[in-house]
Amino acid sequence: MEYLVGIQGPDFVLVAADNVAASSILQMKHDQDKMFKLSEKILLLCVGEAGDTAQFAEYIQKNLQLYKMRNGYELSPSAAANFTRKNLADYLRSRTPYHVNLLLAGYDETDGPGLYYMDYLSSLSKAPFAAHGYGAFLTLSILDQHYKPDLTREEAVDLLKKCIEELRKRFIVNLPSFTVRLIDKEGIHDLEKLSSGAK
Amino acid sequence: MALQDLCQLQEVFPDPDCSPSGTRTGYYDGGFPASSSSHPFNFFIPAAEFLQESPLRFGQVSSALTSQDHLLSSLSWPPGLPQDAPQSVPLPFPMSHGTTTLAFLFQGGVLAAADTRSSCSGLVACPSSQKVLPIHSHLVGTTSGTSADCALWKRILARELRLYQLRHGRRLSTGGAAKLMSHMLHPFKGSELCVAATLCGWDGGELDQNQEPTQGGARTGPSDPDSLEKASQSSTDAQKSFVRKRPSGPSLFYVCSDGTRLQGALFSVGSGSPYAYSILDQGVRWDLTLQEATSIAREAVYRATHRDAWSGNCVDVFHVSSAGWRRRGREDLREEYYRERDRQGGGDLREEYYRQGGGGPEGGVVQREGQTRGGGPEGGVLQREGQTRGGRT
Repeated sequence: MEYLVGIQGPDFVLVAADNVAASSILQMKHDQDKMFKLSEKILLLCVGEAGDTAQFAEYIQKNLQLYKMRNGYELSPSAAANFTRKNLADYLRSRTPYHVNLLLAGYDETDGPGLYYMDYLSSLSKAPFAAHGYGAFLTLSILDQHYKPDLTREEAVDLLKKCIEELRKRFIVNLPSFTVRLIDKEGIHDLEKLSSGAK
Repeated sequence: MALQDLCQLQEVFPDPDCSPSGTRTGYYDGGFPASSSSHPFNFFIPAAEFLQESPLRFGQVSSALTSQDHLLSSLSWPPGLPQDAPQSVPLPFPMSHGTTTLAFLFQGGVLAAADTRSSCSGLVACPSSQKVLPIHSHLVGTTSGTSADCALWKRILARELRLYQLRHGRRLSTGGAAKLMSHMLHPFKGSELCVAATLCGWDGGELDQNQEPTQGGARTGPSDPDSLEKASQSSTDAQKSFVRKRPSGPSLFYVCSDGTRLQGALFSVGSGSPYAYSILDQGVRWDLTLQEATSIAREAVYRATHRDAWSGNCVDVFHVSSAGWRRRGREDLREEYYRERDRQGGGDLREEYYRQGGGGPEGGVVQREGQTRGGGPEGGVLQREGQTRGGRT
């Protein structure tokens, strides 16, 4: 019932996540932020089983902060993604696997923007665009159709709006609002929250 | 051996003539020493029969019983207990998580309310349990889930918070307490442990320079509204910097044993929570007075107890402000039910409803009462408590 989406452009990554924290049939929160800031230019979007999301994401977050404190510089997005995947893989065959689906979005000085797709089986893939959740079934083909590698920021936001409109129209679950953030060489920027129009 | 001779142990304790009976199960390894006299220390401990079984299987009927025993045991045990023990972790008795608790923030602090029914499969195990537990002077927690687990973990949390206070000289904030509890419960994820609590507290900065001390003072003024913004921003600010702005003012967190930890302004937990949510969503605002807030909390619990079978009996209301927590007298909701019926009609309502054939929205309820005429609407079994009612609000 949760939804994550990421779109990578030539010099930015645009990510969005829904804001609903649900418990069985109830929405317990309408303004839940599912993005975790791993460093100045890396965001981790995390959905999945109730407690595992916050526990795992904060664990990764604190470890990356510790790395920065110890070494004086931050991990690159690619290194952070691989570190995350390694942790998922280590716990996968333990008694307490983490059931989380992740998108890691970041900007690297040398490599540029990057979007990494990870799932609960600890697969990792760098992708130009990606989505998690049931909403992914409805929106991946829109992304396939309209995405181009050199799209501008406005085009990316328009593409995102198309995806959300499709969810509003066809998805059985009401997701009223989405947090949207953009990462580029300046850092992480909060964009305006997108509402699906249905309250 | 030398010591044994010295103490003349063999003469003091006779050899036990009966060994533990053969009903030992696989779970319980038997802490009793072997009965052979070659053991140096033979303590004769008269063991009660029921202790031969594993404590986990206490009260459960093994499937190996003959039909005769089956009949016998079905007479002595109340209905609803499992007849067969499952192969995985067996429960001493079936648990159920029925309750209605709620909490919300408003200008006067935090209001927490809960019903008082503890149910256990088909029974009301306790009609006057306490589901809102104070943890320290400025923090209360509502409990839902398994009563024993909640009571235990609240005590553990209270101990840890007190230790924190002694070590660091200040109270841990509500968010910190929530995080502590969440991390303490995390290792038990996947087990039968079930605790769903909301922590309602007032964070005051005793060590903050720009805030007057809240301890000991009888400040009853309302908190400043921007402290709520600070409290809710602190979770996002935390991600922006390593050093957190210390929040102050009312604060509300939901912590669940599955690992969920949410900060919010309004939560309701338990089987009756959907009914409570619908009442609260209509009327809860920041600028409620204490009286209005108490009234809407009471109403929400009352409606939930009316509809939800596992919630009922009385309602407890707690208010947490800068001066600490205060408890409103426990109120029996049965009276409220009759008061409402009196309000909606006049005179002897029961006769009138029966004459009308139970028309209107109350029709369904009245028909049920008609069928249980002899026992009265609530069966009248467990309601005779000498609790003084709080004043009407």
